[in-house]
Amino acid sequence: MDSFISWTAIAAPLDIPSIDTNQICPTRFNKRAKGAAFDTVLFHDLRFTPQDAEQPNFILNRDPYRRAGIIVAERNFGCGSSRESAVYALLAFGIRALVAPSFGEIFYTNCLKNSVLPVVLDDAICARIRNQLHDSAGAEITVDLQRQVVRDATGADHPFDIHPLRRQCLLDGLDDVSLTERYADASAAFERQYRQEFPWLTKPGNYPPGSS
Amino acid sequence: MNPTAQRPQTLLDKVWGRHQITEVVGEYLLYSDYLLLHEGARHAFDAMLETGRTVHRPHQVLACADHYVQTHHRSAGVQAIADLSVRGMLERFERNAKAYGLPYFGSFHPQQGIMHVVAPELGLTQPGLLIVGADSHTTTHGAFGCLAFGVGASDALHVLATQSLWMRKPKIMRISVEGALSRHVTAKDLVLTLITHIGAEAGIGHIIEFAGSAVRAMSMEGRMTLCNMAVEAGALSGLVSPDQITFDYLHGCQYAPKDADWDQAVAYWKGLVSDEDAHYDHEVTVDAASIAPSVTWGTHLHQTAVIDAVVPDPQNFAVGEARDDVESALQYMGLTPGTPLTSIPIDRVFIGSCTNSRIEDLRAAAAIARQGKAVVPAWVVPGSMTVKRQAEAEGLDRLFIEAGFEWHDAGCSMCTAINGDHLAEWERCASTSNRNFVGRQGRNGRTHILSPAMAAAAALTGRLTDIRSFG
Ligand code: SF4
Repeated sequence: MDSFISWTAIAAPLDIPSIDTNQICPTRFNKRAKGAAFDTVLFHDLRFTPQDAEQPNFILNRDPYRRAGIIVAERNFGCGSSRESAVYALLAFGIRALVAPSFGEIFYTNCLKNSVLPVVLDDAICARIRNQLHDSAGAEITVDLQRQVVRDATGADHPFDIHPLRRQCLLDGLDDVSLTERYADASAAFERQYRQEFPWLTKPGNYPPGSS
Repeated sequence: MNPTAQRPQTLLDKVWGRHQITEVVGEYLLYSDYLLLHEGARHAFDAMLETGRTVHRPHQVLACADHYVQTHHRSAGVQAIADLSVRGMLERFERNAKAYGLPYFGSFHPQQGIMHVVAPELGLTQPGLLIVGADSHTTTHGAFGCLAFGVGASDALHVLATQSLWMRKPKIMRISVEGALSRHVTAKDLVLTLITHIGAEAGIGHIIEFAGSAVRAMSMEGRMTLCNMAVEAGALSGLVSPDQITFDYLHGCQYAPKDADWDQAVAYWKGLVSDEDAHYDHEVTVDAASIAPSVTWGTHLHQTAVIDAVVPDPQNFAVGEARDDVESALQYMGLTPGTPLTSIPIDRVFIGSCTNSRIEDLRAAAAIARQGKAVVPAWVVPGSMTVKRQAEAEGLDRLFIEAGFEWHDAGCSMCTAINGDHLAEWERCASTSNRNFVGRQGRNGRTHILSPAMAAAAALTGRLTDIRSFG
């Protein structure tokens, strides 16, 4: 996983609440392999007409937001489907950080595991930052994980919370499987004991056969 | 010694505690009993290949083809699927499942179906387990008193590689539904009303335990509908403590414990109830008698009203965000404020999805369907081939077909519209599925979410219909 320390970029304000992952990445694009193939996927059906022409009034189709690296969003951003491809679409566009009053639960986790930092700030603070961005299009903001603050377009700092383990994993670029390998002995011991305590779960005939 | 051990515990505490491998400053490594995967898991398999990892416990992974499978003319075979990208997803999934030796329920498996229908009916979903699914509606399994939630590809990869995952402990909210639901009022109406009351974000960071006499009286099918949609209130999952109804459902299921194991398991399961005086972070009490048949009118699930109401007027909402939400929803849905919901004409009906495609749902829909003839295209898509066979044994397929409904093979179909079954632009669908989001059932498709009986009634009248006007 790439590490995340601090990220400064043009921020796009998005005023629509409850944007679900199907808007971020419409279902039909899920089939694609992660990576560059996701470049036009982000908000596809908001960004493009059915004939694939750009919707000129969608924010990411306007300069300077075409170069946005941060989105400041509304409540419940990324609710809905668990598809991680929503995060791949953000990454392919160049978005590495999100600021919103709340996020869909699974989406929030998916972001952290792809080194995209979702920051929760108060409703009022998010609204204030979005207003600043509307007033000065193309302004940059900074999401600083080291200091745990968002520096807004006026230079004011807004502290945010993040779980200490998640913060460390992001700073170090440590993926979960590598983290878990540090606890391999505890895991093995746990599983042995668990299987003894609930013997019926692993008894042949109590689970479906594997395929080949 | 763990100081929380003496405190009264919630069901969540008990199941969580049983799966805790280790803790690092409030983040927990939890053991997972099962991982459920569908064809969409390609990114997790891609990452497995890239990192050269092996599957730690293949028998604890279930690979269910449901999202991309065809639900009609399936016997023509996968090679007959015209859309090569759909066919490619099915073939890739089969290759991956077989390469790792996973139990595989492919298009032609006699027990194929939607993962959230298949695992419970096979008896794999059991009280006290921790089940992870690469699908947001994994919350369904919480109906059995297990901890079950959806994850993305990175966490799915982690479970494949280690049979465990990292989690923060959620808060717990209890929603007690007291009293009896009225006739024609289902778990679907209840959960739509709850989401509307508490809001689509109220559950964020929480698990919702559903309790109260109305939930105790509910069948497993009803409890699954409830927990299925807990995610639509923003919750990590739903949870119902197991009881005799749960045990009766599981008894005799193919992979449920048998003989002496059964007794041992039931003894354990009986302890999976919240202790009296256990602490809840939030408590909500609802009067079951106040719930009426309901339907969504907007593009989010909290945009729900009782069926005899009218389309709301944005003017009645506070200026700003609340009003904008209603306006944009009505614009997308093509609805005029003040219109009675029961006068809204529909173009098609979809009865299916992991929310409402089990035998009880099909019985309820058939009981209405038999009273007339469908005047719009109406599909019935059973949740699994097992449900399909049972429905046929009961003669439900005949009732549907005689009433002009289409009888399909099992799968997600038009719930998420990626197998080729989708709405045309601006088509309006009365659907028993779980999401009315913009574009969910096809680009610019319009969705009204409702119960199976109400969906069948809409098929007979060609408009949204108050089920109470049927016998
Ligand atoms: S039926 Fe719909 S909600 Fe359920 S698993 Fe399939 S696509 Fe997801």
